[in-house]
Amino acid sequence: MAAETADWLGVPLAIIGGTLRGSAPFLFVSLGECLTEKSGKINLGLEGTLLTGAMSAYAVSYLTGSPWLGVLAAGVAGLCLGAIHAWLSQRSGVSDVAVGIAMIVFGSGIAFFFGKAFIQPQAPQLPIFEFGAWSNYPPLQSALQVSPLLLIGIAIAPIMQWFFKSTRWGLYVRAVGDSPSAARAMGISVFWVRFLAITIGSFLSAIGGACLSLYYPGIWSENISSGQGLMAVALVIFARWQPMQCLWAALLFGGAQAIGPALQSVGVTSFRYLFNASPYIFTLIIMIITCSPKRTLAGSPGALGTNE
Amino acid sequence: MNVLSSWRSLSEKIIIPIAALILSLVVFGIFCALNGTNPFAVYSVIYQSAFGSAFSWQGTLVRAAPLMLTALCTALPARLGLVVIGNEGALVMGGIGAIAAGLAFSSLPPLVVQIAMAIAAIILGGIWIMGVGALKYYRGVNETISSLLMNYIAIAILNTLVEGPMRDPSSLNKPSTYPLLEVNWLQSIPGSRVHFGLIYGLIACVIAYFLIQRTTFGFGVRTAGGNIRAAKIAGLPVGKLTLAVCFLAGSCAGLAGMVEVAAIHHRANASLNTGYGYSGILVAFVARNNPLASVLVAILLGGLLASGSGLQRSLGLNDASVLVFQGIVFLVILFSESMYGKLDFFKDRQVPPKITPSTQPIA
Amino acid sequence: MKDEKPLYIPRRQIIRGIIASTAFGVTSQLWTGCTPSEPTTTDTTATPPASGSELTIGFIFVGPKDDFGYNQSHFQGQGVISQLAGVKTVDEANVPETATVQETMLSMINQNGATVLFPTSFGYFDPHILKIAKENPTVQFLHCGGMYKEGVHPTNVGSYYGYIDEAEYISGIVAALTTKSGKLGFVAAKPIPQVLRNINSYTLGARSVNPTATVQVIFTGDWSIPVKEAEAANSMVDQGVDVMTCHVDSPKVVIETAEKRKIFCTGYHVDQSQLAPNGFLTGSEWNWGKVYTTYVEQVKAGKTLADGGIPHLVRGGLKEEFCKLSSYGSAVTDATKKEADAVLAKFMDGTMVIYAGEIKDNTGKIVIAKDKKLMQTDPTLEKMDWLVEGVVGKIG
Repeated sequence: MAAETADWLGVPLAIIGGTLRGSAPFLFVSLGECLTEKSGKINLGLEGTLLTGAMSAYAVSYLTGSPWLGVLAAGVAGLCLGAIHAWLSQRSGVSDVAVGIAMIVFGSGIAFFFGKAFIQPQAPQLPIFEFGAWSNYPPLQSALQVSPLLLIGIAIAPIMQWFFKSTRWGLYVRAVGDSPSAARAMGISVFWVRFLAITIGSFLSAIGGACLSLYYPGIWSENISSGQGLMAVALVIFARWQPMQCLWAALLFGGAQAIGPALQSVGVTSFRYLFNASPYIFTLIIMIITCSPKRTLAGSPGALGTNE
Repeated sequence: MNVLSSWRSLSEKIIIPIAALILSLVVFGIFCALNGTNPFAVYSVIYQSAFGSAFSWQGTLVRAAPLMLTALCTALPARLGLVVIGNEGALVMGGIGAIAAGLAFSSLPPLVVQIAMAIAAIILGGIWIMGVGALKYYRGVNETISSLLMNYIAIAILNTLVEGPMRDPSSLNKPSTYPLLEVNWLQSIPGSRVHFGLIYGLIACVIAYFLIQRTTFGFGVRTAGGNIRAAKIAGLPVGKLTLAVCFLAGSCAGLAGMVEVAAIHHRANASLNTGYGYSGILVAFVARNNPLASVLVAILLGGLLASGSGLQRSLGLNDASVLVFQGIVFLVILFSESMYGKLDFFKDRQVPPKITPSTQPIA
Repeated sequence: MKDEKPLYIPRRQIIRGIIASTAFGVTSQLWTGCTPSEPTTTDTTATPPASGSELTIGFIFVGPKDDFGYNQSHFQGQGVISQLAGVKTVDEANVPETATVQETMLSMINQNGATVLFPTSFGYFDPHILKIAKENPTVQFLHCGGMYKEGVHPTNVGSYYGYIDEAEYISGIVAALTTKSGKLGFVAAKPIPQVLRNINSYTLGARSVNPTATVQVIFTGDWSIPVKEAEAANSMVDQGVDVMTCHVDSPKVVIETAEKRKIFCTGYHVDQSQLAPNGFLTGSEWNWGKVYTTYVEQVKAGKTLADGGIPHLVRGGLKEEFCKLSSYGSAVTDATKKEADAVLAKFMDGTMVIYAGEIKDNTGKIVIAKDKKLMQTDPTLEKMDWLVEGVVGKIG
């Protein structure tokens, strides 16, 4: 009988389910940040974008009854915030990290201000694919419930990888990110390439917000993001600015969220907070091991962190 | 003579920030008007709850005090070209150090206890950020990311300690450490309700300013921050400079943690982590990493936070409106930074007229 | 219609403003000059304020006011008393437990003229309320949590708290009579006495009707962390749990997750029946409106905490209407209702004792000896640091 197998099978299934449920926002935000950083600018403000995306998706889904319109609205909100960041962070004498922090405040302010009316109502949620329907074992069924947004995100990763590697525009982005002066000499408009990279990156992370509010956990609340937007910056370095590796990193971080509760559900309770902090500790250790003062990280855009 | 001839560039430094403030007030006013609130009522409340009376001035300063110290945690490494955002983590570690020292030495005279708390906080916070500097220098780990990660780790350490080894068993429903003895509390400045942490912040900012601008050490830091390769060729000990500056930066944020423990909470618990660190980053950036300007910006932000309270109580605006206002103010101020040297009016007219055509501003 | 009160600019404030005028001040004075109105409060009172004797009451919340949880339950209480004649309320939300809340209390007293304050978050008490209360002896500070100690704390501080675990006990009964797997789930924030008491009462209630039922508990570590709460709820459903409840700041995530996974749930803090139309069984609700109304009546009668007119410690359960049971959902059978209502009746006539020995904790240790009865008011219950037999989970 299913109930007896539940105890030992439950943990890996809960982690797999948690990974599939929880990694979508990480994936979108890290892809967005990856695109942004490839162009040589950093966007710390994605936390604000994520919140605004989550709020607008939920609000529009509730008001129109169509969750997909909500996703679209999140994207548009992301474009707007991204445009502010893209324009401001490229003005002379303005630090992109500073604009990012200010955008966290502004973005979360906008999200909380307009989101007050939407904390209470229940908005229609995105449909889900039941990949576990063949099984009659409920934990497996629930673990394999996959959001179409996650599939879209998984599809974007290789496309972005291909975009950077094999397209003319991808080359432009990399050129601008590695050496703006050389790109300028090639006749590329550094401003516009970065503008597009940042706004589209912001668009993607706002969709990540929509994953939070319209899929999992599927509510709008002011605490909906547990720092996914900020973590994305670390995640991208973790993934060495490779979109495909962003995918693996996002799955890892999504899964890490599920480990704590899953282990508690079978009785492992010690060091709860350190368990919750494990993704951060893990990332830091990986960075310490893999970095070197002699060379920059492979794949690191040359202009990143400079004010070029 | 010198002052007279450069009055235009001096006035630039005064007029641009004021213009930025006015512009952001206008933008926020429009935002409020669109949401059905009379902007002039909003301005009045902002003014009255932030700077309108001795009472509100004190409220503003209470809120500004921790921000001066946490701002230095970003401002100092920035002179070395490092973007450190680990303020929150260093503050938390400083708080842990302070409470540990305060409890360990509680039988000594209050002054000694307070000095011990401050030293412990300075050391713990300093080492925390020095770790970031060391990782940067010896392992090439990006300091922005590592300091961000270390924030989360510090908070996890705080929670683990407070609910585990350091917990006072009688702190039932809000796990905390044992409280400090009342004699060891950091008192308020006589005649006000602002605690001495404000003075700590002011002194730290002044010292930091002179250290960076007026000493050989500071010169070395600024040189290395300008061009690290040239600094190495010139024989500057870049590694030691990095570690020293990061230690100082962390110790300032750590001291902020000590002030929070000794003056406000009198014990350590999860309330130590309430975002003073992140606000400090913003203060440092807006002050362009100048420690003296940080004082003014911290007071400005303190005033903004105070006005957020007033807007809720008096106009019924929701609590997020102050976040929107804060965001607008800082974005506009950051925008205004790009205006320095762009406006013709502020150009000092010393150049002979014949060269003027070639120095036209690039818009 | 909003009542437009004749608004005025207090002269004292203008004088203070002029004294404190700075560069920023001078420009701002211009705006003040053309400000058409000087609003003092937004709350509209149902009746015109009684001349001169209007009571201003301040509410402070640690989170948003409409979170379907703890803060909302207090905000609803505020809503009740703001309807009373001659009462005006001001409030501030999202106030952290730092120097900020001290400033907020002082501003409410000095700028809004509040004479009664309800700082609702547990963490506001020590040191924040204690400090401000000492400095403002004429203001009544009423705090939710039962922390007041005679002789230690300022006399103008009062504590109130409700024995909501009585409602949890009945929820446990309903849950255990509904479950098919015999496994109940409890998502909890932190292993502190208030939370543990709810978990234990819920479990005792459940096992009083179904001795083999177990309650799985997962602590998320934080009062509001939606992703972890959803993850905890999901992993418990995967473990075969089929009735879920929680004690976190905002139960919305847990209740909605339970509904999505097609299991049953019981609510907490406020009525959540609309969040789970199919699976909602019942729930424990605060009824602060009743508590606050009593306080307001006492204050209006001229009584204070310091002179003993208002008791320093006020507590109560179902009988005293501090809390109540949400109305039963459609999934509750008539037999279950009957059984639960019988226990409810025992609570209402005061004969019900939850913590009656012998009670073992879940490691087998006897925590309440045989023949020993701990009444709800017993202080040892407020120091609870054990999980009762039948709970799956650990505090450490």
